[in-house]
Amino acid sequence: ALVINDPDFQHEDLNFLSRSQRYEQAIRKSALMVMKLREHGIADPDEIYWFKSFIHRGRPEPLDLHLGMFLPTLLTQATPEQQDRFFMPAWNLEIIGTYAQTEMGHGTHLRGLETTATYDPATQEFILNSPTVTSIKWWPGGLGKTSNHAIVLAQLYTQGQCKGLHAFIVPIRQLGTHEPLPGITVGDIGPKFGYDEMDNGYLKMDNFRIPRENMLMKYAQVEPDGTYVKPLSDKLTYGTMVFIRSLIVGDSARSLSRACTIAIRYSAVRHQSELKPGEPEPQILDYQTQQYKLFPLLATAYAFHFVGAYIKNTYHRISGDINEGDLSELPELHALTAGLKAFTSWTANAGIEECRMACGGHGYSRCSGIPDIYVTFTPSCTYEGENTVMMLQTARFLVKSYTQVSSGQQVTGMVSYLNDLSRQRIQPQHVAARAVTVRLNDPISLVEAYKARAARLVEAAAKNLQAELNHRKSKEDAWNRTSVDLVRASEAHCHYVVVKLFTAKLSEISNAAVRAVLTELCLLYALYGISKNTGDFLQAGILTDAQIIQVNQHVKELLATIRPNAVALVDSFDFHDVHLGSVLGRYDGNVYENMFEWAKKSPLNKTEVHESFHKHLKPMQAKL
Amino acid sequence: MALLEPSKYSQGSVLGSVNPDLASERQTASFSVEELTVWLDGSEEHTQKRRAVVEAIESDPVFSRENQYFQSQNERYEAAVRKAVHLQKKMHEMGWTESGPEFKYIYRAVSGDIAFLLHRVFIRSISVLGSDKQIAKWIPLATQHKLIGSYAQTELGHGTYLQGLETTAVFDITTQEFILNTPKISAMKWWPGDMGRSATHTVVFAQLYINGKCYGVHPFIVQIRSLRDHSLCPGITAGDIGPKMNFENVDNGYLMLQNVRIPRENMLNKFCEVQPDGTYVRQGSQKINYFTMTTVRISLISDEVIIPLMKACTIAIRYSVVRRQSKLKPGEQEAKILDYQTQQEKLLPQLAAAYAFHFINDYLQELFNRGYSEIQKKNFNTLPELHAFSSGFKAMVTQYSTSAVQICLQACGGHGYSSLSGLPSLYTRIIASCIYEGENTILLLQTARFLIKCFRAASAGQPVPPSVTYLAAVKPGKCPAKNKLEFLSPDIYTEAYQHMAARLVRSTAAKLQDLIQSGVKKHDAWNQCTVQLAQAAKAHCHYITVKNFAETVEKLKTEAGIQKIMKHLCDLFALHGIFSNAGVFLHDGYVSGAQMDMITASYLDLLAVIRKDAVPLVDAFDFTDKSLNSALGSYDGQVYQRLYEWAQKSPTNKQISPAYERYLKPLLHNTQSKL
Repeated sequence: ALVINDPDFQHEDLNFLSRSQRYEQAIRKSALMVMKLREHGIADPDEIYWFKSFIHRGRPEPLDLHLGMFLPTLLTQATPEQQDRFFMPAWNLEIIGTYAQTEMGHGTHLRGLETTATYDPATQEFILNSPTVTSIKWWPGGLGKTSNHAIVLAQLYTQGQCKGLHAFIVPIRQLGTHEPLPGITVGDIGPKFGYDEMDNGYLKMDNFRIPRENMLMKYAQVEPDGTYVKPLSDKLTYGTMVFIRSLIVGDSARSLSRACTIAIRYSAVRHQSELKPGEPEPQILDYQTQQYKLFPLLATAYAFHFVGAYIKNTYHRISGDINEGDLSELPELHALTAGLKAFTSWTANAGIEECRMACGGHGYSRCSGIPDIYVTFTPSCTYEGENTVMMLQTARFLVKSYTQVSSGQQVTGMVSYLNDLSRQRIQPQHVAARAVTVRLNDPISLVEAYKARAARLVEAAAKNLQAELNHRKSKEDAWNRTSVDLVRASEAHCHYVVVKLFTAKLSEISNAAVRAVLTELCLLYALYGISKNTGDFLQAGILTDAQIIQVNQHVKELLATIRPNAVALVDSFDFHDVHLGSVLGRYDGNVYENMFEWAKKSPLNKTEVHESFHKHLKPMQAKL
Repeated sequence: MALLEPSKYSQGSVLGSVNPDLASERQTASFSVEELTVWLDGSEEHTQKRRAVVEAIESDPVFSRENQYFQSQNERYEAAVRKAVHLQKKMHEMGWTESGPEFKYIYRAVSGDIAFLLHRVFIRSISVLGSDKQIAKWIPLATQHKLIGSYAQTELGHGTYLQGLETTAVFDITTQEFILNTPKISAMKWWPGDMGRSATHTVVFAQLYINGKCYGVHPFIVQIRSLRDHSLCPGITAGDIGPKMNFENVDNGYLMLQNVRIPRENMLNKFCEVQPDGTYVRQGSQKINYFTMTTVRISLISDEVIIPLMKACTIAIRYSVVRRQSKLKPGEQEAKILDYQTQQEKLLPQLAAAYAFHFINDYLQELFNRGYSEIQKKNFNTLPELHAFSSGFKAMVTQYSTSAVQICLQACGGHGYSSLSGLPSLYTRIIASCIYEGENTILLLQTARFLIKCFRAASAGQPVPPSVTYLAAVKPGKCPAKNKLEFLSPDIYTEAYQHMAARLVRSTAAKLQDLIQSGVKKHDAWNQCTVQLAQAAKAHCHYITVKNFAETVEKLKTEAGIQKIMKHLCDLFALHGIFSNAGVFLHDGYVSGAQMDMITASYLDLLAVIRKDAVPLVDAFDFTDKSLNSALGSYDGQVYQRLYEWAQKSPTNKQISPAYERYLKPLLHNTQSKL
């Protein structure tokens, strides 16, 4: 409320603004935001997050990279001397920085980056170069127009040797005039699917010199004579990645929740066709097909909330250990978050679009707000690790665990189900006999079914991988030829983890009514997942044909059970109308009146007769 | 470094030479690309004609789309009107006519980025629904652009369910006029294209009332803007509905009518008429009023769905052989991303689908042409099948293609997200096709209704159209294939699809029957089965698509190389469908678990085979660089150079943003005192 009612943060509907105008509005609000944050003395990261998300309504803004990457990187990777030089000016926004990693030709595979930083002992400077078109830094947010500094990742060359990627603080614009410095070519990369208010930029450096002291040297160092000093451990970067990926899982939950809120509220307002002859048109939410589109997504949104919270808690729990130098739990968490980042962002990405489609034609109008949620969310399938690559990282861990089990070792944590595999080699008859024991109305029993599916797919992928290796193929080739199986195994593993975490959450709920409704959602999530992947469950003999028919029947019954609570379940997400940004999803449900009001403000309606009439239409009609 | 100097290339010109990574792909083609192109077009003559049209349009700077991604909604609309007007001139110059052979290529050549699209629907609806007298009066005015038409059916509160429309047209015997009204806000016409700013006339669908009795929805020609100064006519409120995900070229509009009077002759009356004394006369089925929608549905499948899908495949596949990432073998260069199995598994099934849908479109076109000539003779027998087919295939093809384009977009990683890739605009445009001209779920249920009816009729021994006789003929059984190679036999997989579709229809019909027999009311029973019904309808369309693809390949008379690669694509399309819907094939044991493993193995093997011809297969679609309008997908593969040069033309780099002076500068300089 502090923000929503602040007149400084009001502006015209973003849908009616051009990209330049949206950038300008975002910068205006960011500048104000920083001042108000300091004014109110807000410093807690969670509090900053909420403050920012209300000001920018959950949208990206040009200072995101400054606040989210530039400052934290200074804190974690700069020496005390460097912090003295850069941190306070950056804190005071005399320096606005960004984080320039991705290049035009290189993304997730970091070792492939081509930008070079060559040390010149004569002047004690690094010379930065973008040697090819593909090496131009491309995509960093805030780089195009806003920043005057960038932390640049480049291949370090000293004493004639490449020492790999390192980070350098590079001034790019003149303080005072904001003009690019000589040797620097910088600009905006042009229009995108979304992120209109973000000036994602490009950066090309030609023999650009920076002092030796501008390399971030808390860990690795280059001494004045050019001697390279190695860092102690490289696993440390895992921590940051885990943290950022946990944020994406949370974002998947939030974005999907917003889309569900809009679609479910609108479905209660919209009437269409006849269910019973002679009766008025029913709410479209009463149609089974509409429930089937939306309620599983609602259940998914809840499931992902719990997963996001779990990862965040786990991260905080073990980050103490990390600081003490105990990195033993990191590999599993790293592998798990990679997969869950991919699993949740893919699911949410598709789910948001399903919500939009469920709103029919009006979902396509920008006034629905869902197009905006989608275009803002969808890049998370690519950034911070492309999803397929993430799934394969998880798969690598799964296969490793499987191999350990095969060689008689025990594994722990989320993969401990693999231990069972070694004891009882899965035999169709054996498992079929076990199938009868799956209780379809018991979440705990369904967790077991998902566990069995994951175990089966991990084993199948590992065996196929082994078979390829036996065909005298190189390791990389064999891995590549098995990668579709490996991704499926990772997906099944992540799906199991989500069902497990959702189920575990139920026992923590003390309010009986809340527990009842969340149990229904949990069951729906688990059963719907089975009905969408019946092939896996049938083929592994985990469930029979007859049980699959029951699963489908249960899903339909749950839809009807959840129907009366649907609106209450999205109201619980507690999105403010301003934050939701949707005419269809308004809390008061006055959709049509407000669509008309909204449309009247459209730029095409500024004049009664559009100028195109005088310019083009009239001359044509006169001529013909 | 020379490459980095800003050059003066105009988009589409050859930026130096073809990227060697793309050139090498073309050297190993197993077939003649040119012959495949000709075959896709239908004949050499067609190919020549198409290229001539494209060349004429693209060489004219008025039609350039180079700046499209930088333009606002207002600019896009204005450009679209300008192009539409210029197109009239161009057609005259070139001697092209609406009925000429060139016409169908014009839309492709302008990529649909043009105004007055609904004007054509206006003309078509009058031609189909109007009497000879009405056609004689209105069509010349429309074709000469003396008026600009639109088609106003959808309302703010009512879409696909036409009976629910609330706009009223009351017949006034004394003045021989209809009085049109928008009785409440949800009855406002909403979405019709060209109506927001351009149209002077529109066909309004309204509930007809005579002497207090409602006769259902009928079409009326209503003038909405002055032909003199384009101001709104009395009683009319109209405007643009505001920004959308795409279609900035179209001024989708709203329309409110308050006691607007039109002469009795303005009701389109080929099939229904109100006589001067108020007598209502109907000839033929009322369903004929919806015939316009059926024809629009079929024509949009090609223009708005298959072509964009082919473009998306072209962009994503070309980019995937230029983009390199990580190493497949230690010590080697980073690998082309198309060499990764996961990337192949994303893109190649979409490519196969593009071909499958191209062929199913030919099939539908033929079916439609046959039906159309019957309907012209007022024989409505084929209408139900035609309607069911147009609905079901529209739903299946749009849904499939939409997700295919989305896959292509995501498969291009970060750069796919740039507007300059061309993919976001292809995606945001194609997704609209899932909703307009009938929301997909509702369309599938219409098809399902037809299938259930035919299944019951066929089971009772009554005659049904040949396309659905299989529903009652298929008996339970097992798939006979014994090894993975046998799954490359079209008989084997076509039969699996047939079995699966028939089973789904049969089991849903049985379920419906059970519910009704247990005392559930018919409409409730229907609602309780709709999830299954939609699935059954989709399965039927999928089966027909596979069957038609296999038959097309079978009948193919062309060079052996083309036959071979088409067979691979057909196999891939079919096996991909089984792989991704394994459950419905495994259910009832038609396909066993061991067979499913064989199918998966065959499917994955095919990816590596088709991989070799992937670029030639998209080259055969024969899109020019201008029509792709993509930095990632151009023929020469100079992806990065093009991206870099194009980005510099962005208004964000050319115009001075007031943001720096107004907000950034104070932030950078005076903050210390404030903070």
